Amino acid sequence: MANNYLALNSISCGYGKSFNLNGISLSVARGAFAGIIGPNGSGKTTLFKGISGILPIKKGSICLSGVPLESMKLREKARKMAVVSQFPEGTDMTVQDYVLLGRLPHRNAFNFLESARDKVLARKYMRLTGIYHYREKQMSQLSGGEQQLAAIAQALTQEPELLLLDEPTSHLDINHQMQMLNLIQSLNKELNLTVLMIIHDLNLAAEYCDQLILINDGKIYTQGTPAEVLTFQNIEAVYNAVVIAQTNPLSGKPVIFPVSGNILKTHRTDINNHHKTMTDNRLFNQSNNNHKQ
Amino acid sequence: MSKPIHQLMFIGGQLVVLLVVVLASIATGEANIPISQTPEIVRSGEGTEYFILTQIRLPRIILAFAVGGALSLSGTILQGVFRNPLVEPYTLGISGGAAFGVALAIVGGLHLTGHGYMLPLAGFSGAAVTIFMVGILGFLRGGADITRMLLIGVMISFVASSSMMFLMSVTTAENLHGIIFWIMGSLDEPNHHLIKVATITSIIGLAGSYLFVNQLNALQLGKNKATHLGINTTLSVRILFIVASLLTGVCVSVAGVIGFVGLAVPHIIRLMTGGDHRLLLVSSFLGGSIFLIACDILARTVISPNELPIGVITGIIGGFVFMIVLNKSRIQKEHHGK
Repeated sequence: MANNYLALNSISCGYGKSFNLNGISLSVARGAFAGIIGPNGSGKTTLFKGISGILPIKKGSICLSGVPLESMKLREKARKMAVVSQFPEGTDMTVQDYVLLGRLPHRNAFNFLESARDKVLARKYMRLTGIYHYREKQMSQLSGGEQQLAAIAQALTQEPELLLLDEPTSHLDINHQMQMLNLIQSLNKELNLTVLMIIHDLNLAAEYCDQLILINDGKIYTQGTPAEVLTFQNIEAVYNAVVIAQTNPLSGKPVIFPVSGNILKTHRTDINNHHKTMTDNRLFNQSNNNHKQ
Repeated sequence: MSKPIHQLMFIGGQLVVLLVVVLASIATGEANIPISQTPEIVRSGEGTEYFILTQIRLPRIILAFAVGGALSLSGTILQGVFRNPLVEPYTLGISGGAAFGVALAIVGGLHLTGHGYMLPLAGFSGAAVTIFMVGILGFLRGGADITRMLLIGVMISFVASSSMMFLMSVTTAENLHGIIFWIMGSLDEPNHHLIKVATITSIIGLAGSYLFVNQLNALQLGKNKATHLGINTTLSVRILFIVASLLTGVCVSVAGVIGFVGLAVPHIIRLMTGGDHRLLLVSSFLGGSIFLIACDILARTVISPNELPIGVITGIIGGFVFMIVLNKSRIQKEHHGK
């Protein structure tokens, strides 16, 4: 377990006494690309806030490379972990100034001026995220997607080891969604950045992540590879939705097809047959694997 | 051009304007003293004109510099912390509390004692009690909840002004006049110690808030994001709130309620310079000073030899300038958008 970079040891957290995440344990390896999925209100965002330090952890502990987060200073934490939230703030700051704020955790608290290195880094990551030509514009003049890219550029200038993202694709079209995720994928591979993100779209989650954590009712329902997590049974149980799960022929990752109400009425038998085949295949594969071992 | 040079040029420009209004203010007044003769008069060190310059006009300019700067700085800090352009020093009930304190002192006859220190002291006590209450109630639940503090400030402001109106409705006509006169604000402060206190406080306030300029910039992205950038937001918000409140408390107790400087000037400067507090703190301080010295010139000349309350001028001029600037910036933004 030496390469467990982020480890949550049965943590509980929540808002006041009203809603709690209970006994969440998970670990993300260094350099992994992990996704948190789950229905609305399942506790994804609560978990995200717990990890990023916005909500207090009431029980259990979170460790980064074996060091408990609560023993770290805020600035120290910010040098290891960068957070991109769902709605970056559209301030009247220029994009450049906004991105440069990512260097704050690396500067002495009372040092007001950016160093030459700060500027070099900001420039580098603005180029990488493709927002360099907007650098003199005000944040509020950018579109939602561009603001999110700027937020990622800012997070990268923090030079973190772990990048936390809250639904980075939520208000983007398919083209921009994929651009965004391709960017995060390349950061993950090239900078060996550990990525943990909340993502709603199950197909995008399956395609890009190598580890998925499915949350339901404040608990982890299951976790593992996309193929292990995104089965029609799990989705039916957690989301209460009937789907067909197949495999993307290129990537080998699962693809989820929704089954509409009308189809469900007219094709109940077909769906049952399909589900049965899927289950049989899975059992067959599993026993095959067991034989190999 | 690199950004620091740009910023220094902006501040340099403001210093030039400040010098111009200071000279204009020195030359303005009932006694006609041409600006070309002032070096001579100052060097001579005696005579009526010397007395007018050093004992009447100069202290007034210094007070306008300090109060204008401090109010504008306080507004900038609060607008930055609350991330709301409508917040000003008086929104948080500080002026209401101060005015109530003064009204209480006048009704109680305290202003007849204490060598002119009594009313400023009463004003400051009123402001301090308000700050304390907003602070305690707002900070009560651990993390300084910004919206909550704002609402508490507004409510305290209501309570204080209603209590003051109660006092005004039951007191004598003479006291009533005293209260109203104080509320309207004036830079005519005969006590030079108080001017010193206001000046020193405002400079310390500027230096003190500048220590938190990184925190202020990070807070523009919201409390959560600032936390993610390694900022202790609760502590920063509290300290900045206290600095802004003390600045306002001192200004109100020395010069009365001078409205609008803390609302309009920070906003106008922000539209001109953008949201970087490293420039914003200094330039809104200077902007406030320039604005108040200029308004004071008008207050002294419009109905000369009588004097208008400074609050009247700041409100009218400030309001119109604000609307013009806002309209212009909207037009510019639309052009950029296309």
